[in-house]
This record gives sequence, structure tokens and C-alpha cells, in this order.
Amino acid sequence: MSTTTTDSTSPTGEIGRDRRRKEDARLITGRTRWTDNITLPGMLHLAMVRSTSAHARITAVRTDAAKAAVNVVDVFTGADLADTVGVCINAWPITPDQKTPTHPPIATDRVVFAGEIVAVVVARSAAAARDAAELVEVDYEELPAVVDLADAERNQVLAHPDLGTNRSAYWKFDSAEAGTGGSVEAAIAEARTTGVVIEREFRQQRLIPSFMEPRSVVVDPTGEQITVWSATQIPHILRFALAATTGVSESKIRVIAPDVGGGFGGKLQQTPEEMVAFAVARRLAQPVKYTETRSESLLSAHHGRDQIQRMTLAATTDGRVTGLKVELAANLGAYVALVGGGVPVLGAFMFNAIYKFPAYHFGVTTYFTNTTWTDAYRGAGRPEATFAVERLMDELAAQLGEDPLVVRARNWITHEEFPFTTVSGLSYDSGNYELATEKAKALFGYDELRAEQARRRESGDPVQLGIGVSTFTEMCGLAPSRVLGTLDYGAGGWEHASIRVLATGKVEVVTGSSAHGQGHETAFSQIVADRLGVPFEDVEVLHGDTMIAPKGLDTYGSRSLVVGGEAIVRASDKVIDKARPIAAHLLEANPDDLEFVGGRFQVKGTAVAGVTIQEVAGATFVAHNLPEGTEPSLDADATFDPDNFSFPHGTHLCAVEVDTETGRVSLRKYSACDDVGVIINPLIVAGQVHGGLVQGIAQALWEGAQYDENGQLLTGSFVDYLLPTTADTISFDLDHTVSPASSNSLGAKGVGEAGTIASTPAVVNAIVDALRHLGVSNVAMPCTPYRVFQAIQQAVGQKSASGGNPS
Amino acid sequence: MIPAAFDYVAPTTLDEALASLSAHRDDVKILAGGQSLLPVLRMRLNEPGLLIDLGRIESLRGIRDDGDALVIGAMTTHHDVSASALVQEHALLISEAMTHLADPQVRHRGTFGGALSHADPAGDLCAPALALGATFVIASAGGSRTVDAGSFFTGLFETAIGEDEILAEVRIPKHTDWGARYEKFVQIAYQWSIVGVAATVQVEGGLFAAARVGLTNMGIVPLRAEATESSLVGQPATAETIAAAAALAADGTNPPSDLNGDADYRRHLARVLTGRALRAASGVA
Amino acid sequence: MTSIRLIVDGRQVADEVEPRTLLVQYLREQLGKTGTVIGCDTSNCGACTVHLNGRSVKSCNVLAVQADGGEVTTIQGLAPAGELHPVQEAFREWHGLQCGYCTPGMIMQAVDLLNENPSPSEEAVRAGLEGNLCRCTGYHNIVAAVRHASELMANRQPVGSGADA
Repeated sequence: MSTTTTDSTSPTGEIGRDRRRKEDARLITGRTRWTDNITLPGMLHLAMVRSTSAHARITAVRTDAAKAAVNVVDVFTGADLADTVGVCINAWPITPDQKTPTHPPIATDRVVFAGEIVAVVVARSAAAARDAAELVEVDYEELPAVVDLADAERNQVLAHPDLGTNRSAYWKFDSAEAGTGGSVEAAIAEARTTGVVIEREFRQQRLIPSFMEPRSVVVDPTGEQITVWSATQIPHILRFALAATTGVSESKIRVIAPDVGGGFGGKLQQTPEEMVAFAVARRLAQPVKYTETRSESLLSAHHGRDQIQRMTLAATTDGRVTGLKVELAANLGAYVALVGGGVPVLGAFMFNAIYKFPAYHFGVTTYFTNTTWTDAYRGAGRPEATFAVERLMDELAAQLGEDPLVVRARNWITHEEFPFTTVSGLSYDSGNYELATEKAKALFGYDELRAEQARRRESGDPVQLGIGVSTFTEMCGLAPSRVLGTLDYGAGGWEHASIRVLATGKVEVVTGSSAHGQGHETAFSQIVADRLGVPFEDVEVLHGDTMIAPKGLDTYGSRSLVVGGEAIVRASDKVIDKARPIAAHLLEANPDDLEFVGGRFQVKGTAVAGVTIQEVAGATFVAHNLPEGTEPSLDADATFDPDNFSFPHGTHLCAVEVDTETGRVSLRKYSACDDVGVIINPLIVAGQVHGGLVQGIAQALWEGAQYDENGQLLTGSFVDYLLPTTADTISFDLDHTVSPASSNSLGAKGVGEAGTIASTPAVVNAIVDALRHLGVSNVAMPCTPYRVFQAIQQAVGQKSASGGNPS
Repeated sequence: MIPAAFDYVAPTTLDEALASLSAHRDDVKILAGGQSLLPVLRMRLNEPGLLIDLGRIESLRGIRDDGDALVIGAMTTHHDVSASALVQEHALLISEAMTHLADPQVRHRGTFGGALSHADPAGDLCAPALALGATFVIASAGGSRTVDAGSFFTGLFETAIGEDEILAEVRIPKHTDWGARYEKFVQIAYQWSIVGVAATVQVEGGLFAAARVGLTNMGIVPLRAEATESSLVGQPATAETIAAAAALAADGTNPPSDLNGDADYRRHLARVLTGRALRAASGVA
Repeated sequence: MTSIRLIVDGRQVADEVEPRTLLVQYLREQLGKTGTVIGCDTSNCGACTVHLNGRSVKSCNVLAVQADGGEVTTIQGLAPAGELHPVQEAFREWHGLQCGYCTPGMIMQAVDLLNENPSPSEEAVRAGLEGNLCRCTGYHNIVAAVRHASELMANRQPVGSGADA
């Protein structure tokens, strides 16, 4: 079977319309409710005292001077709060024997990374709290710190000496063992004698999510429910974690994620700061607020990526890949975070990407270091996988002297072959890599740019042009609960929705998916307007408050539309089902004779006007004239658990100019043709792709968290952790193909992570492509001018040493 | 994000400011535009007892033509300097550097004198001021004195301004009709210069009549590429002469090593950027 | 404490502040102008951009006492109640925002940019916004929005030149 792929979405009703966002009216006028905007009567302010050492025993915490300071209410140490503060949980132990040290939100006797909380000052103002925090003295007995991942692998210095090792877990997948493919070792052995073997080690540097709104939490314990406002992606998971680890009943906790200023995985966490604020508010029975500074955020909010990827690709001499072996080392940082080691495991299924590799092996070892803990960052596991395989496919093409797109086409799944079960055991439902590539090439002007590249190479232009390719796929819509169960994840992957049809005919949609910039209010309104035939403006989407939306699993992993959106569709259908007998009663017709079209029930084949769903809602509200025994409500709930992931894909083409005299890389052109399935709102989809692209490009070119050998973060402010600006980036050319997903009735695949996943290898491939004739075959990320320049120097040096033969 | 507490005065005359300064000299910071100082205070890297805000002293603002020199008041904002036709005409190198300095919001508040007094080795005004042979008029309760650019920058974030002194104005000898270019090398637009090169040249009859090249972040103070300058004078304005001169640009420099690159890389950049700046300044393709 | 008096979004205000109070803290905490936000502590992000005496500034990098006697416009005072400034309109129309956190600063800087240069090229827009960080949009639609705002403003009748003038 093959699914139909079309060139574009043609709007039918609301689906596919470029609706302007409902969210924006408030955001563009400053009528916003960020957590830090909230003030409550009697609210106290917290300031954290953070560890200045990466690894040390705490021998004393002296708080007397701080406690005595004017306007200070109290100061608490780890010992003071130990009984009530709970713990930070790991929801995904990737193996039964995973080593998972307890993660106290506030350290008691030992600190394991610089930035860990050791005391909290409570004062009447934020300024007084900060002033007093400077007065808290902590004595540390320094312990040796292991900082670098490669050092952690050597197990000489231990991040947690009591564990006896830095190793937390080893998780593997092998296609021969799983029965999904052949033996990688056999494929490699054969390729070593008769084929081609490409071996590379890639470094996925450590990144910092850098959402624009620093995290903030307000806790009000003065009601029957303790209310927690937090700048979080996961109000429901946070509520569960607070309850599960502090003993407070879940029913006594209300978590609200008000306006949340970006997350990108960085707010997919149960944070120590939330736990400490919760404990202090309960202790003092007064509302408290904590808002981090940007420096604190960069230092102590979880980081992402940080892997060493050891890759072996086997292929025949005519460029058919016969096997891929992946061994990863992944840096957990100081603790196993909420998802933690699960991040590289999410990548395990994606290294084989869009290709028909016959044999595959994946192994990951997770390690502790005395650095900030790591967890999900946009793409989480999948960008790392895509980067490595797409870099290797370019290396294979270079080795064979072929166009990188030609080599890919030889190995990818063709559109006739869907559904396709991959060597890692996933079932890809739809896609069309050929069409996406063809369209991307046209958009990009691939042949013209190749010609320009040749001219510049020929003329020895100091500014060389490089073209990078990335043909990617990703698994989205996290996640089928059944699959999560087989992976030992601690929760399901369903999503919940409720629809309430109000007496006035307006519709409230309650979703468990909690947006922080994605435009759910708009896209979900379009879905419901389309389904129920009500005006877009009449739909109100409610979310992000566990009292309003009591069930949900929140927002991450490109799941909101494909899982949460489908729940909304199903709840809408239930509303229609409940309305049908009432409408029939009002029309004095048989329910089976009614059709529901454009928001109206009417008798099939007649021209009688029928009744609108709003009219049915009104009749249901007054309940004067309902069929015998009918419940006077149209409201409906649905919880959707997908039976498969969705698989967006696309072809991304990037042209860069590399100034070989300085090593500086400039973006010249970037074109992408993505297939995200059926598009609900093209404006929002384009925005998601643009933003994702720049985050992925930034990994390739600019961003990287760096520590010194003592575990002090060197990139601790935006002065050193380099986020790109308008002046560093370009405008993009986008196109789409549409191969509907089969995992949900909308046909949508998810788009939140696509740009980030695809773009990083496209950029690095482009840089290497610009310099390959000089002998450069890799540049470590971020590809700073300095690194690019060094790579050129080294290559040119080696070339002249070996008599100018670059092989 | 919250500075430690301090007292604050905002005198309206330079004399009042100098009097406050003498009274509190140990524990005081002068607040000009504050664009470098306030971040330092917010991070509590410095905790002065008193801030003396020069923002209300009108006499310290403005740009005037003083015969053979332009005089720029210390409290003139970067924005006003960059918008000045006088500066454009007589000190093009300053205008060039201004387009690279920080961002628009910072240029609206940051001041010419403040940036020079801050003497950040990676700041973009020091090397141009040095290249143009600026002189610094420094006021104290006892009167004022003049320091030339070569003696003004004395160390890392250190200048010849004494504890009881305030920079009042900067005199820039006119370089009318000189070509100029500031080459700033960064990874990201908002970064401080990894290396910057400030070049201004006078070409007469196809020959370099004069050349001045200042280097940003090639040492703890801004530097002149003297070997480059002297090798150009009297030579034809050609790509070859420039290439030969640019090769000398890093001679005798001792630049820092950091995440952006080591000293050798910076020396290499200085040579490359000097070539580019000189070509642009002299209109040589 | 120091007394300050200024005009914020068209209203006169007077307060006692600690000299160390940043303008952004004063706006948010004492005046409740929470539309203006804080995104960093090194003056890199520009989220706190407001206009002071008609010019864009980063309000984290100005002390409230320095603004004494001045006039401040925030995102909340950019347009009369119920109306939108053309730049606000363009950001909505061109999807120039996602989470919206950088948006007030981005809009205030864009307004300043257009005041200075009413019809900027893409390059000029990109240079003019380099002091404002956004993590969501990749800037593509922000740049588009500002360029379209420039057209909107050019096509709009200047105030006072209407038929009844």
C-alpha cells in the first residue's frame, strides 16, 4: 500500500486556514500573566544560595547573619527542609539496574554540581532576600570533580563516589537479537573486506535550552488547595511529583501554568526550585515567590544533548548501506533527571532514519559527571541521531565520489514501500522522500548552487561555498502508552480533552496539553470549529490549570496536535453523538435519518432547515423538552492513546559561505520541504519550522555550554552562551508535501521539533562540503570560526605533509 | 539582578560632581550612561557606596568644531556621535566603529566618554580613538589636564583618570577626507570584539600619505599597529603594499586566549582584518 | 530612598525608590506595568526595552532615578486603549511571535527602528533588532512583520492631515 502524498494542503473549512492567532491580542499589548507578574497579599520572596563548588562535602552552613538581617523572615538549609521538601524524580529508569542517586531539591551534606541549592533565604522583598543570601556562609570540603564525559568514562574520578562508578546504565538494541534485521558485526566484517566502512566519532556538545522567560514559581498555601503557579511545560506531571514525593494529597494541590515563555524541553522538569518553594510556603503558611535570574537559569536549569557518538557504517562499494553500529556515551550530569537517560533511548529508533538499513545495533551508556543535570531539549535524542546518520551519509557519498542526494536515494524507503517496518522495529505509516527532495531541490536552486560552488573552487576564492543535505525523519506524538510500557517509562502517553457546549452556544475546550507559545488556542479552535460547525471565534480553549483541566500529560515531543488534538476530535464526536437524539427529538425525526453538516442536524435528503448544534445546546440547557431519559448535557470527554507514533520527514538544503581566511561561516540560503502530514494552520507550522531551524542551526554554529576543569560553567550568561540574533540569521524558503498520518484522524504528524532535528546536520554538512577539497572531513560543533580555521590549517598541513594528496 | 544598595547623587555641574568625588573617593563609582556599569552592579561584581550620576550635567554633552579638532563631550551618547555630520566628515573612523558598537538601545544610553573611561580592551571605541590620536581632557577640583591617547589607556580596564578626576571631553584631531574602516570580528552580533581593526588612511596621488591602524582586543590595552602604519607611508595604494603592511599588524602584540580563540588565531585575524580594513579605507579592490 | 516623578504611558507618577531600583523593576513592581519583562541579567536580550524620552532603552540597564523627570512609554502605552500600533498589528498579522515573552521588547525596538528609518531594508531591520533575542520564531517572521509594519505606517494618513483639517 502507498499513501497519497499531495503537494499542498487545500483548506476545507477551518482545517488548513492561516488563522491569525487568538493568543496574540494579549501578548502584543503586554496584557500578560507570566508567573513573575503574580503578586499576592503577604507574599514573601526567595533567594537561593547555590553551591560554588562542583563537588564538595558541606561542612557548615552559617545562616545567623542572614537571619538577623532586616526584612528577612527565615533561612532554611537542606537539613531544615529534608523531611518535607520531597525529591526530584526520575520517571524513566532505562534499565532495571540503572543507578539512580537520590536527588534532593536542596543539598544536605554534599553538593555534586556548581549551582546546586544549599540554602534558601525568605524575605519581604526580592532585594532583601538577595542581600541576605550574600550573608550565608557555606564551608565546603572540596572533593575531586569529574567534568568531561570522556573523563567520566575512564571512571577514575567519581561524581558519586558511593556508587563506585560513573556508569548509570547501559541500554541496547540489536536488530539480530530483536529479529528486525541482520547482524551488524557480520555486515561490518564483510564491508571491511569487500566494501566500505566509515568510522567516525561525533561530539554532541552540551546545549542550554534558553527559553526566554526565566523560570518562576509562586506557591500559595493559604487555601484548602495549595496553589502553585509555575513557568512549566508540565503542570500535571508536576502536580503528581509534588504529591508523590511530599505526601500531600494530589487533590490538595492545584498547579497552574499561566503564560509560559517558551520551554523547548527546558521546562519539562520537576525542578528543585519548585520543590523548595512548595516546602517553604507550607512551612511558613504564607505565599512565596521565586524567580531565577538568567545566570541562575543557565547554571542550574537542566541542560541538553552532551553525547559522544561512536559510529560505524558498513556499505557496499556501490553505495548500499549494509549495517549501522552506534555506541553512545551520554552525560547525565549530576543526577538522573525526569526523563534523563531516556533521552538517548528516544534516539535509538531514529539512527536508521529514512533508510532501509538491513542491520543495526545501538548501545548507550549513561554517565554521571559533576555538572548540571541534563534532560530533554528540543528534539531530545532524535536530533543527535539524525545528525550522526546524516553526517555519515555525506561521508559515504564523499568516499564514493557521489552526490549526497544520490547516495541517500539509493538507500531510502521509497514512497511505494509504506507502511514500512524499520530495522529498529518501528512502523512508518506514510511519507514521500522522493517528492520532498525534488521540491526542496527546486526551491533551493540546487544545480545552480552546485555550479557556483564549482566556480569558486576553481578560482580559489577565499570564500568557499558549501551545500549541506539533511533528509530526516522523526518519531513524534509521544507516545503510545503500550510502547512506553515496554521501555519502562513511568507513565502513559495518552492525552485528554473535554468539550463543554454552553447555554449560549459557545464552546469550551479543555485540553490536558499545556501550551507555551505553540498556538494551541488557535489550532484547537480551528479543529473544534471545523468538527462542530461553530464559528472559530466561539471556541475557547482552556488549559494549563489542573483544576480546570484535571487530566493531562502536558506538552513535549510534538504530541499536542497528534495526541491532544485527536482527543479533542474524539470529544467533539461524542458531543455530536449526544446531540443527535436531542436534535431528532426536536425535529421529530429518527436519529438515524439525521445528518450533521456544517454545524446543523438535518434530515437526510430533505431541504428542511434542521437545527444547529447551538440550538440543541440551548434546548439541552433548559431541558424542557428532551427525549425520555436523556441526560441534559452535551458535554463530553475523550482520552486518546495513540497506537503508533507519527513520522514527519523532510529534505533540508543549506548553503553556507566559509571565509577560509578567518574560518567564519555565513548562512547563504536555506530551503526545506517538510512533510508534517495534514496542516491545520500553515502560519503556525511555518513559525514552528523557522524557530526550530534557528535552534538547530545554532547548535551547528554558535551554542555550546562549556565548563572549566573544576566544573565551573564558563558560559554562565548570554555574554558567553551565544544565542543568535536577527543579524546572524537569514530568512528561509519553505515548502511542504502532505502524506497524511494514519495514527490520528486529523492526519497530522507534529511539527515542533522538525526544524531543529533537520537543520544541524544540514549546516555541518555544508561546512564540510565547502572545505572537503582542502582535506577537511569534520568540524566539531559548534563550528566556531576558530574551529573551522583550525580544521582548515590542520587539513592543509596534512595535505602538504603528504605531498598534496588529500585522500 | 539586584545591585547591592548604594547612595546616589545627580549633580548638575561638573564642579559639584568633582566635589562629591573628592568627598567619597574610596567608595564611589561614576555613572555615565551606565551601559557597562549597571551590568557589573547587577551581578554584584562591584558594590560601591555611592554613585555619582553625570547624566544631568548638560555641559558634558555635545559635539563642537574647534578648529583643527572636534571636541566630543564625555556624556554625548553613542547615538548622537554616530548621527553627527561633523564626526562623519572629520573622524569617519569613529562613525564606522559606532555602527558596530553594542546595539541600538545601548547606543541610546551609552556615552562616548563612559566607554573610553571603561577601557574595555574588547570595546570598539578605544582603538579608533588611539588611531586618531585623540586627547583626553580630564577635570579635577584643581582644574583640568590633557592626556594623549598613547598615555590614556594604562591597563586592563584602567586609564590615566585619577581617583578624584572625571573625563570631561575628548578632542579628536580632524582627519577630514581620510578613508576609514572598522573591521569587527565576532561570532554573534552582540559579542564583544574577538579582534577589531580600526584603520584610517590618507591617500594622495595614489600614494599613502598617512595611515593609522588601531587594534582592539590584541592586548590588555588598545594598540597601534605601528609597523604596518610606517610601512605604508609613501607607498602606492595597492593590494600588494597593503598585503605586505598587513602582515606586520600583529607584530609585538600579546592578545588573550579564550573560548573564541587563542593568541595565535587572534594574531592571524589581526593580519587578515588589517588587510581588509586598509583596502576598504583606501578604496583598493 | 529618593523621590522620582515621571510620566509613564501618559500618566504622571511620583514615588520613593531605592537608588538601586532598576527602571524595569520600578515599572513592574511599583507601577504594575508587567507587560515589560526581564529576560536576562547582562542586557543582552532586550526583552525589557521601553522608550525613555522617545528613544529605545533596555530598562534593566537604567536606574529608576536616572529616569526621574523623563517620559517612559511601555508596550502598554504604545497605542491608545483598544487600538493597536501598526507594529503590533503587523506582529499579529505576520505571526511574529510565539510564546510572546520577547515580544514587548521586540515591538518597542521595532517602533524605534521605524521612527529612525521608516523604510528599512531586510538588512537594516536585522541590524536594528540585534539587541533583542527571540528563541521561538527564528526571527524570520519578526523581520517580515517589521517590514510590513513599515508599509502599513507609510500608507497611513499622518495624524492631523485628515479631511477635517
